[in-house]
Amino acid sequence: MSNIPSDLRYTKSHEWVRRQQNGTVEIGISDHAQSALGDLVFVEVPEAGRALRAGEACAVVESVKAASDVYSPVSGKVIAGNAALASQPELLNQDPYGAGWLFRVQTNSPLDEAALMSAADYAKYLADEAG
Amino acid sequence: MAFIPHTADDVAGMLDVIGAESIDDLFDEIPRDLRAAALDVPQAMGEMEVGRLLTERAASDGRPLNFIGAGAYEHHIPAPVWAITTRGEFYSAYTPYQAEASQGTLQLIYEYQSMICALTGMEVSNASLYDGASALAEACLMAVRANRAANSRRILLPRTVNPTYAQVAKSIAGNQGIVFETVDFDRSAGRTLLESLQPYTGQDVTALVVQQPNFFGNLEEADQLTDWAHQNKILMIAVVNPISLALLSAPGQWGSRIGGNPGADIVCGEGQPLGVPLAAGGPYFGFMATRMQYVRQMPGRIVGRTVDAEGRPGFSLTLQAREQHIRRSKATSNICTNQGLLVTAATLYMSLLGSEGLSRVAAASLQRTADLVARLSGIAGVKPAFTAPRFHEAVLLLDRPVAPVLAALTRRGIFGGLDLTDRYPELNHALLVCATETKLDADINAYAVALTDIMKPSRAAA
Repeated sequence: MSNIPSDLRYTKSHEWVRRQQNGTVEIGISDHAQSALGDLVFVEVPEAGRALRAGEACAVVESVKAASDVYSPVSGKVIAGNAALASQPELLNQDPYGAGWLFRVQTNSPLDEAALMSAADYAKYLADEAG
Repeated sequence: MAFIPHTADDVAGMLDVIGAESIDDLFDEIPRDLRAAALDVPQAMGEMEVGRLLTERAASDGRPLNFIGAGAYEHHIPAPVWAITTRGEFYSAYTPYQAEASQGTLQLIYEYQSMICALTGMEVSNASLYDGASALAEACLMAVRANRAANSRRILLPRTVNPTYAQVAKSIAGNQGIVFETVDFDRSAGRTLLESLQPYTGQDVTALVVQQPNFFGNLEEADQLTDWAHQNKILMIAVVNPISLALLSAPGQWGSRIGGNPGADIVCGEGQPLGVPLAAGGPYFGFMATRMQYVRQMPGRIVGRTVDAEGRPGFSLTLQAREQHIRRSKATSNICTNQGLLVTAATLYMSLLGSEGLSRVAAASLQRTADLVARLSGIAGVKPAFTAPRFHEAVLLLDRPVAPVLAALTRRGIFGGLDLTDRYPELNHALLVCATETKLDADINAYAVALTDIMKPSRAAA
């Protein structure tokens, strides 16, 4: 059973969103996603200053067996990408909700709650997907 | 494992499973009017008839003395190159990549990549691409992925780049949102001037393409152009002739490198001069190299050296996750493969010549072209078009239309060069000529004698 913190929101494409202060959000991929990908060997994050639209592919996570796009769940401007992942992609496997965060965004509109799931809904979504 | 095509029984069995009557049924979705009509091809012939036909066709080629370059070059190919390349171990319709079964092929590609890196001064090479023109198209697409400082997808494409390459790059990359800005050349020097790039200083531009030597055979001021590109956060794409790199500075060393600016960012080109014979339509091969910083943006296969479970050295494909069998439509390229057989020939060619041999081929070619230009320029009505230093090609200006002159030369068994009239009409009767190490004094003399006769004033009116 994968770890699904209750204080985060989730997407169907397995990103998580953590609300921070002043309308900024932190984004990463879920424990389920990192586990499905396997050992990560390369992570590419967006550069600070880049404008993102919700649903836009903006990061790449590459493991020994697959490479996947990460989609921004929100619109806004990138404040920071997690530079530590360039040399230590394994941080994402070890701590997907902490040191393995991918990027932070200053949002320019309220979060689209309808597009995001609670931890309970995400757990149900994973169960259905596995079903 | 046997690779045997489906038998009629296999086909019938498969059709039965999916509930189709015939293979044609599988194409029902395509409207009739969009399908190709019956192909207009001759009846099948027996081996004896085909042999006779091809012998006749081959004889009609004659044995012309060739002074055409323009992207494909006649060089001497030592006999062992193709004797070894066509051995059963290498001669395959498809490049085998299985690490457990193909260590020889994989090692050869690894050696090839190492040689391309040594020639270009870059850190990593792929296993090759289709040809020089598509390699440039791929380099443009790669630059868009790699240059994260630029959003414009604008690429500066000087007119001194091979017009065929420009056309291919435009048809492949132009349909993927890339805009090509044409940069004109200096009429007297025959190369791209820094001044002509100034309108783009400080602008959002993705990449600058520089061909060295350029299509006219002239040397671009690669250092200046590279510095300008890097000062403006523009990636430098170098298109180079691999033989020329034995004499010219490697693209990896272009520029003053002030402030740690490296040389070219992506290097590509046509590999044909390295042991591949001239043939209409190829097959040739393209090469591409870059710096480690951009390796994940580079299309195509890459062979890496590794160790097996017992610590023994071995070779395998690496960075597969960028490729189409894993990333599907998001792959770095969906139209590339490598040209395994041509790469085999090129690797053998480079191995047999070594760096000294390559330098001698390059120096002899440069000297032969200098001799040719000196001889032909002595003929009334013929003069060199440009003043820039050259490698092994040159543009000559004639005092009359080029096509009839070339036709007259062809009748005498001489392919006198490429008529540039369609591509560069403003140059007015321009002819691109090339002489490699394969041309002897007697050959150059034969060309000069024939051209002198054809250019006689009495014939000008005819």
